[in-house]
Amino acid sequence: MSIIIDAELCTGCASCMESCIYDAIELDNNIAKVLPNCTLCRACIEACPEEAISLERDDAKAQKVDISQFKGVWVVAEHYKNKIQKVSFQLLSKGRELADILQVNLTFVILGTDFDDKLEEFSQYGMDEIIYIKSPILKDYYSDLYTKVITELVLETQPEIILIGATATGRDFAPRVAKRLRAGLTADCTGLEIDLETRNLLQTRPTYGGTIMATIRTPSSRPQMATVRAGIFKMPEKIKKNVNIRKIEYEFKEQDSVSKIVKVISKTKTPVNLEDAKIIVAGGRGVGSKENFKLIEDLANVLGAELGGSRITIELNWLDPDRQIGQTGVTVSPKLYIACGISGAIQHIVGMENSNIIVAINKDPDAPIFNFAHYGIVGNLHEIIPILIEEIKIMNLNKE
Amino acid sequence: MCVKQVPGVSEVRIDPKTNTLVREGVLSIINPNDRNALELALILKEEHKVEVIALSMGPPQAEEVLREALAMGIDKAILLSDKAFAGADTLATSHTLALAIKKVLKEFDSEENYLIICGAQAVDGDTGQVPPELAEELGIPQITYVQNLLLSEDKIIVERKFRATEIVVIETKLPALISVLIDINKPRYPSMAGIMKAYEKANVIYFDSMALNADSSKIGLNGSMTEVKKIFFPERKVNPIMLEGSTEEVVRKLCQYLKDDKIF
Repeated sequence: MSIIIDAELCTGCASCMESCIYDAIELDNNIAKVLPNCTLCRACIEACPEEAISLERDDAKAQKVDISQFKGVWVVAEHYKNKIQKVSFQLLSKGRELADILQVNLTFVILGTDFDDKLEEFSQYGMDEIIYIKSPILKDYYSDLYTKVITELVLETQPEIILIGATATGRDFAPRVAKRLRAGLTADCTGLEIDLETRNLLQTRPTYGGTIMATIRTPSSRPQMATVRAGIFKMPEKIKKNVNIRKIEYEFKEQDSVSKIVKVISKTKTPVNLEDAKIIVAGGRGVGSKENFKLIEDLANVLGAELGGSRITIELNWLDPDRQIGQTGVTVSPKLYIACGISGAIQHIVGMENSNIIVAINKDPDAPIFNFAHYGIVGNLHEIIPILIEEIKIMNLNKE
Repeated sequence: MCVKQVPGVSEVRIDPKTNTLVREGVLSIINPNDRNALELALILKEEHKVEVIALSMGPPQAEEVLREALAMGIDKAILLSDKAFAGADTLATSHTLALAIKKVLKEFDSEENYLIICGAQAVDGDTGQVPPELAEELGIPQITYVQNLLLSEDKIIVERKFRATEIVVIETKLPALISVLIDINKPRYPSMAGIMKAYEKANVIYFDSMALNADSSKIGLNGSMTEVKKIFFPERKVNPIMLEGSTEEVVRKLCQYLKDDKIF
């Protein structure tokens, strides 16, 4: 398997070189040449305006699955302390959309206990069916139990798409299920669409720190599995609908789980809740120091906002890791996002670009953050923010 | 333990004018999370006299990250390198790693008692899928997003961060696999003596698909269920309203706009 360049068609325009994140293409006599460090990522195939690049592959492709046998869209619920997490409901709204395009059922799969009297409430969120796997041990999350139950259920019911929250829980069992089923799995999708002709799920996700976006598909196997973070899709509208409820009392054997939960520790400090915050004030490298973050915190306080930061502020220990916003942190979508001294590396952008209003304050007029902001201020944040704080204090007083 | 060579992406930027990658100064590095995995392995080596083997899959130049791991103090380094491994998604990658691990375990006659340590995720692909898939293929329990670990004889007790403010303490028997978070420890720097040894004496062992006796339909692009349909640069979303004037004016304008937007 390798990338082939048609020397007849290649014009030496170097588009492929620019598209290659691995620096694995060079020009040799004005013809593109692929170097041994190529990883077959195929970015260059898309980039070539002459269609001179192709992938040569052999026919040893793994087993073919009769994909027409698989029908339906699933959302697997995540819960904690007997409450279904928001991301699961958000996935139901996207799942409804996909199921309607495919003209199939949307199923909400819950592994838990004590949900019997809540199923009616859940049924307002637009699914056609709820599968409720009930067992006392499923009060908590166990990767091996989830893997066992979901795999068995998939083999029996054969859904074509499974959506799972990209949380520490979802990202723990989804790969294990995918491996057992030999199913394709795409992590942290920010866009999901259907190619109706093939019924393939087109899964778009940020990669390489969000510098580039990749659209992934699983053409020859089913189910197609995807994880999605909280805040990417909207909550569903509540509707009245007849929902078919299938309840299965499940009995586990002792050997089904080799791990046991010793205890759960909750940190006593005020929990950081960036995901639900209406306003977020975030700082980046431009804040300058841990001490200077006091200013950003003051601004957050007068606004009743949550405090966040870009990856570098966590790496430099200016902020606690649970305040990191971005691809390796949390994804947020507040009404107002104020970015202070954040340059706007794409890794950060993918975590906050869904905010309603973005304000950027940065001293560098060429900072990429301005490409994503609604209001931009070029200037020194150490001068601007104190005045902004005073102005907001006055507004707050007037409101009272 | 597993390591991956990645581009130092936190420095990769897009040139907003040409919409292409700015690649200057981007080096290949050990995936930052894998450094924590390395550090943990080395601590266990010091405390429990275990042997530490680092495994990586990648092109021949990934040998660099294994040399660095050797310099930090690991005992043995193995690189899985073959053109047939290229283009692998996480399923094919975990399969290849599993083949190598099984081969090593057989040679060491330690199929019963081992611990695999991975970084929770890589900064390039950032899927975090390989560790659970690897555990599944090896048929061993996994604990992901680990912040703390206690090893005693045949079992481990770990702290797993499963929500921003909540940690679950889990106990499991060996063999097992864990993936560690960046806050588990502060990775050491290689010593001068370690560097000399790593670059002058130590060997990196190479395994290709023949050595692993790999089924060509299960590795590389062939063994991958997912494929990349297209790659593109994220588009510029909005044109900002730039606020100009004195600091006071700028602040007043901003507050007015936010009032009009019904934010304030």
